[in-house]
Amino acid sequence: MSSFWSITLATLAKDIRLEWRSKDALNAMLFFSLLVVVIFMFSFDPLAEESRHIVGGLVWVAFLFAAVVALNQTWARELRNQVLDAYRVSPASANSLFLAKALGNFILVSLLEALMAPLFVVFYNLRPLGPAWQLIPVALLGTWALVVNGTFFAAMSLRTRSRELMLPLLLFPVSIPAVISMVAATTNILTGEDSAHFYIVLLLTYDVVFTTACLALFETVLQAE
Amino acid sequence: MKKAFPILAVLTAVLLAYAFYQAMFVAPTDAMQGDVYRIIYYHVPSAWTAFLLFFINFVASVQYLANAKPSTQRAAKWIVIAIGVAGAIAPFIPQVRQQLPTGMYPSSVATTAIIIAGLYFLVGRYFPGQSLDLLAVTTAEVGVVFCTIVLITGPIWARPVWGIWWAPGDIRLTSTLVLWLIYVSYLVLRRFSDSAQTQKLAAVLAVFGALDVPLVYFSIWFFRTQHPQPVIGGGGSIDPGMLHVLLISWMAFLCFAFLVCWSRYGLEKLRREVEEAEALESLLEPAGHAAPSSKAKIPLSRGSR
Repeated sequence: MSSFWSITLATLAKDIRLEWRSKDALNAMLFFSLLVVVIFMFSFDPLAEESRHIVGGLVWVAFLFAAVVALNQTWARELRNQVLDAYRVSPASANSLFLAKALGNFILVSLLEALMAPLFVVFYNLRPLGPAWQLIPVALLGTWALVVNGTFFAAMSLRTRSRELMLPLLLFPVSIPAVISMVAATTNILTGEDSAHFYIVLLLTYDVVFTTACLALFETVLQAE
Repeated sequence: MKKAFPILAVLTAVLLAYAFYQAMFVAPTDAMQGDVYRIIYYHVPSAWTAFLLFFINFVASVQYLANAKPSTQRAAKWIVIAIGVAGAIAPFIPQVRQQLPTGMYPSSVATTAIIIAGLYFLVGRYFPGQSLDLLAVTTAEVGVVFCTIVLITGPIWARPVWGIWWAPGDIRLTSTLVLWLIYVSYLVLRRFSDSAQTQKLAAVLAVFGALDVPLVYFSIWFFRTQHPQPVIGGGGSIDPGMLHVLLISWMAFLCFAFLVCWSRYGLEKLRREVEEAEALESLLEPAGHAAPSSKAKIPLSRGSR
């Protein structure tokens, strides 16, 4: 078990170091979601009262699209110099690689959210009327929901033609319940009209179900060639 | 078997015509909606057929993945038996019985559980090995067609009755739409993936889709539904004359779906046989029509020695 986690940590540290040195994915994601924010602002031009009702949807659509940018380059890096093939023939557990990649993406997307959240507050004049601390579990659970399936489907789309296009086509349909829960929970917290409790529990269920499914099936996907 | 196909085709055509006649002229007119409601004789049977096909796809996909290793194959077998036994006994326990919606009988729930478990073994018995994947691709494609019919006839009916084409956030509409989206992405994956492991990846996606549907259902739990209650086992009530026509119509649609699946299955099987034969041919005659190159000769001479 300890070797499982040491491989996970080593891969995670390598990915973070690579990202820290190049900052490719983070810069692309930041600029991309900034563009989404600005374009939405021009196309809706909402009042503060209206923006409470729509911004839950806007935030998560922006993060979903931006996350795809990070997810697409997750495995592409390992294809160069046949790193993935080397990993496949090594005795290391497939799930430790998957967890490292998912955690790496989770950290990256969470960082993006932390940097973008103030911008949303500024541009849309947000002031939550419900319990604001609940936004933290919603963000963490929601990000994991996007990232765990995203990492899995990115590995799956490696084997297809035009793989960058394939990832959103596979990821978005399966993510619909998670997106509904994230948006509904965020809107409920911002408007303070209803409790977000049900949706937080639902997100937790989604995370548990799909993390289990990913861990159970990842080896099949990694070995498929 | 080949002779049975035209006979079944004629039978299906007759049954479809009879169902059409029954739906249009024999079934009583609805007191509230008038003749508009008659579209349910196409909408509801298509929905049942589509869900059945998607379910067969899920069963075939699970079995395909489970068959990869003998240990998982055995485990899956026992899990399915456990589901069948638990589903057959649980509805009769008073505590569980109270949870069932009104109009749903414990015996029908138990029968459904046994049929589900039986289906797993039937599929495994008649579709060994790679034919499981043939079954999966066939049912997914035909299921998407029937699901499309559901999604088209639904709004046509909803516009005059509800006054809107689509009710956003409606639990039945949304879950059917998401199911359709998932299976379209399943077909896209099959089309775009050209490695030898497409079958495995597609089966994985089918499992993810099946896990997703209940979550979609719960995620819109709080939204009110405008959709009429299910006719069978959902507390909805229907005139016996209408139910009679609905079941005839479903029979016709099932025969039609079976017919289409049969020919699609045969076509896909043929396509793969041709592909295999071509691959084999190119292995045996590496030179083909072109002039034999020196590289191509080496493995041949080795093989003939």
